[in-house]
Amino acid sequence: MNKLYIFLKYFFIVVWTVFVVAPFLWALTTSFKDFQSVNGGVTYIPWVDFEPNLEGWKVLIKSPAKGGVDIIEPYFNSLFVTCTASLISIILGTLSAYALSRYTFKAGFVKNNDITFFFISQRIMPPIVLSIPFFLFLSSINLLDSLTGLIVVYIVLLMPIAVWIMVDFFNKVPREIDETALIDGCNPYQAFLKVVLPNSIPGLIVAGMFCIIFGWIDFFFAFILTFTEVQLLPVKIVALNSSVTPWWSLSASALVSVAPLIIVAFIVERYLSKGNLSGAIK
Amino acid sequence: MNFKHKYFFLFPGLFVLIGILIFPIIFVVRLSLSGWNSYNPGLDYIGLENYIRLFTDDPRFWESFFRLSFLSVTTVILQYVIGFALAHMVWKDIKFKRFFRVLFLVPMMTTPVIMTVIWRTFFHESLGPVNDMLSIFGVAPKWLTDPVIAKFTVIIVEVWQWTPFMFLLLLAGLLSLPKEPFLAAAIDGASPVRKFIYVTFPLMAPISIGAIIIRLIEASKIMDTVYVLTSGGPGTSTETSSFYIFIKGLREFQMGYAASMSFTYLIIMIISLTIIAKVLTKVLLKE
Repeated sequence: MNKLYIFLKYFFIVVWTVFVVAPFLWALTTSFKDFQSVNGGVTYIPWVDFEPNLEGWKVLIKSPAKGGVDIIEPYFNSLFVTCTASLISIILGTLSAYALSRYTFKAGFVKNNDITFFFISQRIMPPIVLSIPFFLFLSSINLLDSLTGLIVVYIVLLMPIAVWIMVDFFNKVPREIDETALIDGCNPYQAFLKVVLPNSIPGLIVAGMFCIIFGWIDFFFAFILTFTEVQLLPVKIVALNSSVTPWWSLSASALVSVAPLIIVAFIVERYLSKGNLSGAIK
Repeated sequence: MNFKHKYFFLFPGLFVLIGILIFPIIFVVRLSLSGWNSYNPGLDYIGLENYIRLFTDDPRFWESFFRLSFLSVTTVILQYVIGFALAHMVWKDIKFKRFFRVLFLVPMMTTPVIMTVIWRTFFHESLGPVNDMLSIFGVAPKWLTDPVIAKFTVIIVEVWQWTPFMFLLLLAGLLSLPKEPFLAAAIDGASPVRKFIYVTFPLMAPISIGAIIIRLIEASKIMDTVYVLTSGGPGTSTETSSFYIFIKGLREFQMGYAASMSFTYLIIMIISLTIIAKVLTKVLLKE
């Protein structure tokens, strides 16, 4: 019984590992292929099945006029939009979360929990519902196809995540530390900045990571609200996919685009193992 | 604590969010009562005409909605079962625990549409590795062009992409469980299966409900994957509600009609998610 259980366990883990790794391995091998080894039947192992070459990777740094794929600018656009929107969301979200965790609000039947729910419930909103009014709204103030417009939209996507994680986190930070700071003569803002924030760094990192993940992987809004002036990375890759881009340069660009966030997996795991996530995610 | 300071903390975030959202939401409702389309862009007032058309004369919307329900419920169930199994396996000590934990998280960090671009080559009918390996058995499923199989391709890709999220939530839950019930079970000499059924699973029920609801919310938005993988095709066999609204609104520019659909869709989503949350709470917590 026990032996069977352990066997099944490792069997399942191995099967899932293969499933997780398969598309990456396929993209990695494909990125070194040439025309013959892609179109002349399926090939797997470099040097055995086909002769690897660097053509797929070279186009990443070539200018578009010479047949490059031109993903450097979208890369920085994506980076800029994601980081700016995450930063704004974290700042505003942390302030609101702190208020919701420490003070009581009451306006008619609206209480703290309802306000928190209002923040979080924005994640329920299907993006398509917002996309049409945002499209018309941004075009009326000339922010369609601009980085600023995208940042504004991404704040709506990311702030709920920041509030959600930080409210739970602040609830775990003992109230005594702010009270002590207040007694020592700090005003509430100093208490927040000098005492509470330094004690909330793990929570801030977790919230920041989730904002960055959900900002970086968004495609839908970037796809609808930008056209030619500004292109974000996911939109660019999809555009490459629908043009005649060969598989090797497509695979290379796709791999380069998903690479940076894989580091985040390591950070998440570290926090998970230290037990810092269990409170933050509930 | 001081009274007025609390508003300085709360209001910046709250007002930015309301400020950005209030216009779109009111505008969607107003737009849904207008006949805005590409010939006639403008906020005229045509009453409930769009809604009447939607409820009486548009089977495609309802089909896409049922398809979405099927796709999201199936993927979430699969993600929950697999995610729970994986989390349970790397919860206690196994070899290379941290390696597997990181590895199982990786898909969620990758951009869905970009991975879908890779999946498209992966499932390519003549040049992809899947059909190449299946050709040993003499079968070559049409992963992207058969109306039935295409749905399962979407499910496979979604499961690959988002099981890690379920895994993360459930593993974080498992790691935060108290130790005492497990000690008690060990003293009673409970078998692993009984321990799971009577101790682990009931303790995990609240976290499970949360995780399932969060995933259902996110799964109900599936659109990017479908757009890149099959573009709703073949025919309309993988078209979800969001995708149909997208086609009507931003491809055919029937803005008024699309707005009425998206408002209806939003209401249905809120109602059904509330019901699902209530039912799940009842079922999982009563045991």
